This record gives sequence, structure tokens and C-alpha cells, in this order.
Amino acid sequence: MYTLRTLPGDDVRQIMWRFSDRFDLQMSVQSARAIARGVVARLVADGARNTHEWTDQKNELLIAFDQSGLTALFMDPHQGGFIEGPKNLALALVAFELSWVDAGAATCSLASNLALAPIHEKGTPEQRDFYMAKCVPPQPGEDREIWRGAFALTEPLPYVGVDTGVLCGKATVAEWQDGQEPVLQIDKRGRFITNMDFANFVTAAVESADERIKGSFMVILEDTDEGLFDRGAPTLKMVHQLSSTRDPVLNLKVPASRIIGGYEVVDGVIVPKYNHSEIIGAVFHRTRIPVGLMSSAKLLSAVEPVIRYHRNRFRGGDSCKEGSPRFDKGIQINEDALQRLIDVWASGEAGCSLAFAASRLADAFDPVEKAKEAHFEAQGVTGPRKQMAALRAIGDQVKECIDLEYAPAAERDQARLDALKADTLVQYASMEALAGVLNPGVKLWNTGVGATMMREAVALVGGYGITEDCPGFLMQKWADTQLEATYEGPEAVQRRHLTLTMTSEVFQATMSAWVRQMQRAGRDVPGLGGFVLASAMELWQWTLNHLQNATDDEGRKLFHNKRQGVTFPMADALGWLLGPYFLACDVMELIEKGPMSPTLADGIDDLTGFYKDICHVQAARAAGEVARICTELVYGYNECKCSAPSALPGDHGDCCRDELPEFRALKARIDMCMAGSRKARDRAGNALIEVMIPEALDYPMG
Amino acid sequence: MSELHIVVCGSIVPDPLQTLAPMEGPTGWALKNEMMLPAVLDPWAGHALYEAAALAKKHPGSRVWLVSLAPKAKLQQVMMAVSQKAPFELVVADGPASGFTDSFETARVLAGAIKGIAGLDTGKLLLFGGWQSASRGSGAVMQMVGEMLGVTEQFQGVDKLTLRDDGSMEVKERVEGGAYQISVVSGAPAVFGWATGELPEPPNNPQIGMQNMQKNMPALMQAKPADLSGSGLKLSAVAVPQQRRETRVVKDVPVDDMAREIVEWLKA
Ligand SMILES: Cc1cc2nc3c(=O)[nH]c(=O)nc-3n(C[C@H](O)[C@H](O)[C@H](O)COP(=O)(O)OP(=O)(O)OC[C@H]3O[C@@H](n4cnc5c(N)ncnc54)[C@H](O)[C@@H]3O)c2cc1C
Repeated sequence: MYTLRTLPGDDVRQIMWRFSDRFDLQMSVQSARAIARGVVARLVADGARNTHEWTDQKNELLIAFDQSGLTALFMDPHQGGFIEGPKNLALALVAFELSWVDAGAATCSLASNLALAPIHEKGTPEQRDFYMAKCVPPQPGEDREIWRGAFALTEPLPYVGVDTGVLCGKATVAEWQDGQEPVLQIDKRGRFITNMDFANFVTAAVESADERIKGSFMVILEDTDEGLFDRGAPTLKMVHQLSSTRDPVLNLKVPASRIIGGYEVVDGVIVPKYNHSEIIGAVFHRTRIPVGLMSSAKLLSAVEPVIRYHRNRFRGGDSCKEGSPRFDKGIQINEDALQRLIDVWASGEAGCSLAFAASRLADAFDPVEKAKEAHFEAQGVTGPRKQMAALRAIGDQVKECIDLEYAPAAERDQARLDALKADTLVQYASMEALAGVLNPGVKLWNTGVGATMMREAVALVGGYGITEDCPGFLMQKWADTQLEATYEGPEAVQRRHLTLTMTSEVFQATMSAWVRQMQRAGRDVPGLGGFVLASAMELWQWTLNHLQNATDDEGRKLFHNKRQGVTFPMADALGWLLGPYFLACDVMELIEKGPMSPTLADGIDDLTGFYKDICHVQAARAAGEVARICTELVYGYNECKCSAPSALPGDHGDCCRDELPEFRALKARIDMCMAGSRKARDRAGNALIEVMIPEALDYPMG
Repeated sequence: MSELHIVVCGSIVPDPLQTLAPMEGPTGWALKNEMMLPAVLDPWAGHALYEAAALAKKHPGSRVWLVSLAPKAKLQQVMMAVSQKAPFELVVADGPASGFTDSFETARVLAGAIKGIAGLDTGKLLLFGGWQSASRGSGAVMQMVGEMLGVTEQFQGVDKLTLRDDGSMEVKERVEGGAYQISVVSGAPAVFGWATGELPEPPNNPQIGMQNMQKNMPALMQAKPADLSGSGLKLSAVAVPQQRRETRVVKDVPVDDMAREIVEWLKA
């Protein structure tokens, strides 16, 4: 038995999420936290969310972001920022802190970066330096207005939404004098465009309506360009009201140099370097991670207010005597109240571990991706096909690298691993496959399941849960998760993405390495839930392989991208596995590094005992979901045979298809590996009775 | 007056919203789970630091040091926020920051640390600190540090310090009954135990923070354990003041009603 002494603080988070040695990040956390629990919380408590308009009161947010360095966080030092190198983890940590209080404020802080992202990822160096520098708050002594941007992809019905192919935004050539830069007429209407109340520029997706322009592209529009820059009607949204959203109508003349990434003129036709799909692919690759994280941060933020509500529920008045269990523990005398909160907590932890792992990977991937581009360019390997072929050719090395990377350090050939890791293409291939799963995985699982778990948190506060007065703004947080699950691509988009990426051989090799790693964890770190997770991963892999080869009774292939009834649940199942896997890794990191921390060493066994249980709870829950989904898919497309006249009801003889004993064995293993998981939930729940929490929430209430 | 050498003595205290429960352990008295509780810069010392930074800004060439006796790992966490607020050089003695430490020993360690600061000109020294501490509030440490350094011009409960062109300083000190006493001191060195001062907490500025941490990390890493062994202090019993926190969340209550309710409560 252990006692959870306090709620986990910064020292714990820095170890688990691997930023103990990054002061730049720790400072960003402090800045964002001060704003979240100050300006943001006051806005929410004062009812600033109760209007669709962008008010002066809401505008205080932007000022606070500018003053405290959050606006400049996205920039490089030479552009006016303060963090060198990739900033995915930095942005994720800031999103975590802001959404701890209000995710709309987090959206507001990220929206300008989203507008800049197309320029950052694919813009020309001139575009990049110009717009990034414009978006840095003026330094002391500088007299200029800070610019903010909006990202306009989504269009009014019946155009762009989940389907980004059918653009109504059009580009034509307005003027093109001989030897001069062409001038384009851009006609773009947007729907639900964030930051639109105050954006000075918009990065818009459009398509050619002129034979002198090829295909689609993204273009930068400014509010002072000639023509119509109508910010449009505010979106009557019921969530994230601390961000600005409107439906703009833009019809402007702009020079062709605003085409993001530049263009060439080929036979009298303007050929943009990148089409809009290439750009949004590169953008969403990264920006979806903080969105997923928002939902998980809110789950963790619910723990303290719920414990306080439960504990204090019967105090005051004469309903019970001081010193009685009812007085001391309040609602915490009930097992269910404790354990459901553990479920909320465990989901939040799993989501955060996953999202932070994804953002660290995105940071690590950034230079590797650039090195790969440079490598291919130097080798003259141009065009996606040739590049794919080159990557396929090193498939065995990639798998070898993955096997070694996840093998125990003491047993592996380190020199060989180092050599493989020094190979840009090998690194690129393994990271790309993993990022292709983690990024949509974060967005899908954290927001979708997060929304359901946030409802559980609300339910734990009873009637107050669904009022504006709920401590911790849980009702608003619950509602907000639905937007997190929707913008930047609803769940369907993420499932579609995973359908394509989760079958890759490289990712499958990674998953196999994870299975071995979790089996070792099951043995070496008892109580973590490694075995049950490994078993669930094996079942998922087996099922995926089976579905890719099996047919239904009509002989139709089961795993097919047109068959979302099969592919989408497999994506959901994978989502369940990712969170506990990364949580297990983070808990093992805490077990290893925690004892070296002077602030944690004293109570480290208590702390890791609790975290192992939390991980076990989540691993078992995930395994249950995976088993359910896989079973439905493996059996569900073939008719029940027990209804034959000769069969007895419940006689499954004819349904026990010969090819499936392996499936049943794997599934039985999951069942057995559930051993201990409910005891873990009991223990973790009981820890909530004793944990010391602050006297009051550190931000105001409604 | 031109350049100032301002030394601010300040340490960390547990976040005041936390439950602070004294407990006697093997190494003496401490707060329950003290190392695990989030900490903040002692609010009085914070006011002193922000006043020091504002003065230094007005007087180019000035330097500000923050001298801290604190557990260095916890201090490092707190520095992630405090470092962003104003430029300063950190001097660390690694040791307990709790309210149970002998204030004479604390003063001795701080005075020793200040004497060791390279480049400090005691002729220009303004010794700042809090007139109280949120950890205990003995109100004694700054006076003793001053005495140990031979700085006998001392002011406590300072809310405003105005530097005049001739080098003299006008000091506004809190005295009883909500009144102020204004005095003038002819110049440095002097001790100022700050009350709340008049400045708001500066917003975080990560650029300042990064510069500070580059300078100050070595001070944290290399901080030596403080020797507090000279203490003869023995605490036979410790208790937090008896209090009952009765929190009620109300909205839109007129001030008169609030006042009436408080008076009724006090009378009851
Ligand atoms: C507050 C807010 C802010 C936003 N900010 C921005 C912004 O700044 N910039 C911007 O460009 N956009 C923004 N959006 C738009 C957002 O990204 C879109 O709403 C989102 O991508 C979904 O598009 P849609 O609403 O047209 O849904 P639809 O395309 O109509 O889809 C509706 C639902 O149908 C189902 N569905 C649709 N297609 C498929 C499919 N192929 N397979 C399976 N199921 C499918 C899914 O369940 C989906 O959720 C914002 C939206 C909101 C609400």
C-alpha cells in the first residue's frame, strides 16, 4: 500500500514529459500558467464567454499573450522569438497550461501560429521572415502594430469541410503586364475562421479558375489589399468563446508573390510550387497535437476540484459532526466516486503522455525531415515516386533499427544501432511512420474519448457540474471538447488518416517492438499493466492482419478504405493502445529518474506506486476496448450458424471458424492478463482519500 | 546618485493555498510534504525584488543580486517564474527555507554569502529584503543581516523609496494605525525591509528569463550546503494559529452587507 502525498507537481511532470533540462520550456510553462490562472480565469469567471462577439474584455487575452512572450513563442530567435529549433513541445506545453483553465484561450493563442504555419512550413524564406517578424510583439522603443493572422481553409456549404478537395475559393489573373509580376484576383469565402475579428492577414486555400494558373495553392491576403476584406458574421458557437470566429468574405487583388512557397511560369502558365493539399498536409501534421492535448489537460484539471467538492460536501451546517467519516471524507466514503475519478485521471494521463510523446517526436523529426530533403536533392532523387522507392529499398535496415532501438540497452548491438541512427533515410522512414500514426492518434483518441471522460468528470459534481458555478469550469470544459474533436479535422478525418498509415510495415515493426517492450515491462515492472497491454497490442496486430486478408460471407474484402465500418474501428482501437503505451514509458522514466530528484526522492515509491496503478487501470481499459472491437470485426461479418435447424441455441460449434483458434487464444490471454487491474483501481481510488490538496483552487470560480 | 548595488535577500515559501501542517521529523520540525508542495518566492521578498529592479533600471550601471538560502532544487523551480520578471544575479546557499530555521543562523549565512559577492561595493549597498516572511514572519532576519554587515541605517515596513539627486533617499515606512513615517537617509549603505511597495508584479518575460538563467544556473548548480549548525534553538512545540476557514462563494453582495456580516460574525 502507498499514500499519494500530494497532487503531482512540476517536478513530476518535467521528468515524465522529458523537459527537466529545458529551462526555456519551463519558463514558457510558468508564463502560460500565470496567464491561464490570472487573466483567462477572470474572463471566464466574469462571464466573458457569454457573447459571440470579440469584446475589449476578450482582447485583454491578446495583450497578455504579447506581454508574456507567448505570442513570440512560435518564432525563431532571429525573428524575435526566444526558443531555438523546433517548437512543437513548447507549443504543446503552453496549450496544456492554457486549456487547464480554458481551451478557447489556448485556441486563441495558437490561431495566429496556425495562420503562419503554411508560411513556416512551405513559404519562401522571404515570406517566412516577413510575416514571422510582423507577428512578433513590438520591442521597447519600436513603434509598429503587431500583426495577427487567420487560416482559411473551410468554406461555406457545400464546399470545403472534411472533404478539402472541392474548393469554392478561386484565383484568376487580374493583370499581367509583360515582364512584370502577375496580379491575381482572389475570391475566397470562409466558414468558421478563427482570429477573423482582428486578423491582419489570412492564409487562404484557393483553386485556379483561369487557364493561366495551374491547380490549387495557398495564398496570403492582407487587410489593406485592394478590394473587399469583409470579416463577415460572427459564428454563433457555443464553445471556445474566448477565441474569435467569423465567416469572412474576401475578394482581393494581390501580387503573385503571395503564393505560399512561390511559383514558376511555365509556358505562360503560373505553376505554384505547392498545391493546397501539400501545404495543409504539412501544417496539420503538427498543429493537431496541441489540440488533442487540450482535452487531456482538462481531464487532469478536473481532479483537484472534484476531490475538493467530494471532501467538503457535507461540511458546515449541522448535517454531520466534525470528526465523523461523513464530515471528513464527504462523498469520498463511496468507492464509485473515487474510482470514477481515477478513470478520468488515468485517461487524462494517458492522453497527455501520448500527446507529449507526439510533440517530442515532431521536434526530433523536423531536422531529420529537412536532412532527408537535402539528401534526396543532393542525390537527384526528385519526385515522390523515386523517393518512395528509395525508402522502400532500405526497409530491412529500418526494421533492424527499430528492433534495436526498443531492445534492452544491455543486450543490443549499440554500435550497429548508432550506425543505423546516423543514416538520415533510416531515421526518416522510422520517424515518419510513427508520426503518421501518433499525430492523428492524438487528435482522435484524446478528443473523442476525452469528451466522454469529461462528461464523467462533470457527473461527479452533481447538479453544480452543469452550472456556470462549477469549480474548475467543468461544464464549459466538457462542451469545449466537442470543438477540439471537430476543428482541424473531425474524428472521421483522423480515422481516414490512420487507415492509411497504421498498416505500414514500418509502423507494424514498431508495434511488434512495443509488444516485446511491454512484455519485458510486465516482467520487470510488476503492477504497471505491461502484460495486458502487450496482449492487447498482439490481438490488434493479429486482427489487422486477418482483416486485410479475410472476406465476408459475400466474399468482399473486409479491410478496404471504402469499408469504414471495418477500418475506422481499427483506428479507434489503435487510439486506445497508444495512450497507455506512452504512459507506461513515462512511468518507467519516473521510476528511473524520480529517485535522483531531491524534491521527489523522499516519497518516490508512493508516487510511482500510484502511477503504476493509474497506468494499469488505463491499460486494462484499453485492452477491454480493443478486445471488444476486434471481436466484433473478426466475427461480425459472417452470419451466425447456430440458427441452423440442427444447431442448439448458443451452440457455437458452427461459428468456431477453423482459422480463428489463434485469435481466441490471444483473446483469452488478454482476459487472463486483466489479473490485478481492478485491485489497482481500488488502491488508486483509496489514495484519493488521503491525498493532500490545496485549500482552494488557484483560479477564480464562476 | 548614480550606480546602485542592491542586494535583495529572499527565499521561497510553500504556495499559500496549500495545506500547511507542521510535523516533527527526524531532522526537526518541517511542514508536511514540504518538498513536494509547490513553492513561490516569499511575497515580501518579491516586492523588494521588483522595487530593486525598478530602481536599477532608473540608474544605469546598477546591479541587483538576489541572495537566497533555500533548498536549491526547489529554488530552481521557482526561478523559472521569478527569473522572467527582472534581471538579477543569483547567489545561493543551499539549505532549509522553512519557518523553523533559527533566524540568527539564517542571517549569519546570508551575511556570509553577501560578503562573498565579487564586485559588491558596500559603499553603494542597498540591502533589501522583506520586513516579514510568509514562512514565519519573525521580522528579525534583515535587521541582523544589516548588523552583521555593519549597516546600521535600517528601515522596516518600507512602501516607497525615492532617490534624490544628491544621493540622499526619502523612505516611507509603515508605522502603527495605518500611518506612515517619512524619513531621509543621507545615502548608502542602508537596510530596507519592504512591505508591499507600490509596484505590481511585472509580467513574465522569457527573454529576460533566458538571460538570467544562463547567468544563474551555475550559481544554483554549484551552491554549497549552508552551515546552520551554530543554532541552539530548540522548538518544543509548534502549532499553526487556530483558524477556521469558512469559505462561501457569493456574487454581487453590496459592500455594506459584507461589512455588516463580518461585524456580526466577529461579535458572535
Ligand atoms: C469554432 C470553429 C473554429 C474553426 N476554425 C477554423 C479555422 O480557423 N480555419 C478553417 O479553415 N476552419 C476552421 N474551422 C472549420 C473546421 O475545421 C470544420 O468545421 C471541420 O473541418 C469539419 O468540416 P464541416 O464542419 O464542414 O463538417 P462536414 O464536412 O460537413 O462533416 C460533418 C461530419 O460528417 C462526417 N463525415 C464527413 N465526411 C466524412 C468522410 N469522408 N468519412 C466519414 N465521415 C465523414 C463526420 O462525422 C463529420 O464530422 C473551425 C470550426 C469551428 C466550429
